[in-house]
Amino acid sequence: MKAIFRHELSSHFQSVTGYVFGAFMLLFAGIYCMVINLKVGYANFEYVLGSMSFIYIIGIPILTMRTIAEERKQTTDQLLYSLPLTMTKVVLGKYLVLLIMILIPTAVIAFYPLILSSFGDLYLPGAYGALVGFFFLGAALAAIGVFISSLMENQASAAGLCFAVLLLNYFLKSLASYVSTSAFASFAAFAVLLILLAVIVRLLTKNTFAAVMTALLPGIALVLVYGLMGSSFTGTFPAVMEQLSLFNRFYQFSDGIFDIRALVFFASVVGVFLFLTVQSMEKRRWNG
Amino acid sequence: MIEVKHLTKNYGRHTAVSDLSFTVEKGQIYGFLGPNGAGKTTTMSIMTGCLAATSGQVTIDGHDIFEEALEAKKLIGYLPEQPPLYLDRTPKEYLTFVGRAKGVPAAELNGQIQKIMKITQIEGVKDRLIKNLSKGFRQRVGIAQALMGDPEVIILDEPTVGLDPRQIIEIRELIAELGKKHTVILSSHILSEVQAICSTIMIIANGKLVACDTPENLEKLFAGAASVVLTADASQADTLAIIRKVSPDASVEIVSAKDSQTTVKIETAEPEALCRSLFFAFAEQKKALTQLTTAKASLEEIFIELTAADAPAPSAETEKEAVTA
Repeated sequence: MKAIFRHELSSHFQSVTGYVFGAFMLLFAGIYCMVINLKVGYANFEYVLGSMSFIYIIGIPILTMRTIAEERKQTTDQLLYSLPLTMTKVVLGKYLVLLIMILIPTAVIAFYPLILSSFGDLYLPGAYGALVGFFFLGAALAAIGVFISSLMENQASAAGLCFAVLLLNYFLKSLASYVSTSAFASFAAFAVLLILLAVIVRLLTKNTFAAVMTALLPGIALVLVYGLMGSSFTGTFPAVMEQLSLFNRFYQFSDGIFDIRALVFFASVVGVFLFLTVQSMEKRRWNG
Repeated sequence: MIEVKHLTKNYGRHTAVSDLSFTVEKGQIYGFLGPNGAGKTTTMSIMTGCLAATSGQVTIDGHDIFEEALEAKKLIGYLPEQPPLYLDRTPKEYLTFVGRAKGVPAAELNGQIQKIMKITQIEGVKDRLIKNLSKGFRQRVGIAQALMGDPEVIILDEPTVGLDPRQIIEIRELIAELGKKHTVILSSHILSEVQAICSTIMIIANGKLVACDTPENLEKLFAGAASVVLTADASQADTLAIIRKVSPDASVEIVSAKDSQTTVKIETAEPEALCRSLFFAFAEQKKALTQLTTAKASLEEIFIELTAADAPAPSAETEKEAVTA
């Protein structure tokens, strides 16, 4: 794992992605800081982080696109498979480097509240609390980016898909408010999701039985629950959408709430997507 | 050293390798020979743990490549068909990474890289980016990568493809040199190459092992197909009469017959003995021989026969490419 870590770290500094990502984050941190803190005069640095969080939608795909897609394109994934390393270590090594790449601009941004506080009265715990949340948000989004990179053959399509997924996640909260809150609408939406899931399982595994079971078993449970206590479905689907929005969870931090649950949620997202990445790489071993 | 048992690999409905079994002994150079699409690369990928088999088992020195992957992989150095190189790195950086990943102790790392760069003759380019290197040097860097960690077995998938003739000779010499210390398995669809460097040839066709022996034994096995070709200054009838006297029941094929000159081909198990008796027989009759040669079935003919026997054979085009390339 150490070998992968050192190798990846120097890749990021030899190619432009590391620098582009860092410069990009710092540029927007500077712009938002100037506008919100210096021009308008808010004494809350967390507002800056809240406003610039959407920059991740562009930054994270740039940072993560090459992670695995590039290995595949250069056929160096063959080398990784033949080395005495487990895929878990390969993925973890790569992901830790991404965390460092996110940590570097975050560490630079950490000086801003200190500088600002020497000119006025800034609430530092709020600022640094939000910065921790900001880093965790980046870490969760990067895990999604790594997984998408593991599905793709080339960097550009990985970046494109990652951008689309993050954008959708960003708008999830706003979209949720347009979804009907009626019990039947929620029920129908869950049913459609199950069918979609089954289709994906079928496409990935080419196993019709597994696909049908994926949809059927939770489907029966869904129908039963809906039949017995249909009213409990009222507003469930929009609520779930809101809960899944990573950005929405981060806004609590920029409002000055240090929400441990959100950090746990971000960490879980990292765990799930890194697990899926390892599985996606192992799957290649089976399909060639 | 390596045991492959009942290996089968299906891609959907297509069977790439079917029930393949063989054993590889220590300290020899093995050649996988077969036309394109015979299953050589698939077999090698499975042996190195890059690909999972549908069924069957591969063990390296007693370690199953899937159950005890880390132990087994430490014993193998693998160069896939496309050398897996990081193009924006220098050979030295690349070998450092591979060495670390293979668990070479930090104290030995530099010494080992120096040694391997010397063997593979890439010292001169060690600080140039791999993307700026020629195909021959890239191949050498790929082989160097396989040598890192000093594995017992080195598996090379078509190591000379795409190289110019001089580079091919150099790489072959390198492989022969490696064979002195390591067990080497290489694949090729070029016969002369395998014949030149390997001590054992395994011929694979349509995912099956059709022959496995030394180059000499393979030739002997098919020695029955040897023949004598002669041209005599005599009519067809005279020529045949003399041949019948020497060897009454040999199968004789008339190649060409003009008024005073006849060329025939005689199938025999002992071509040299037959030549001697024919020479004296014709001399007694005062008939001059202008040509008297023995023709052994070449490995190339054996190869064509073996790989074509199992229908459905690959298309004529790939077959041709396989033997002439």
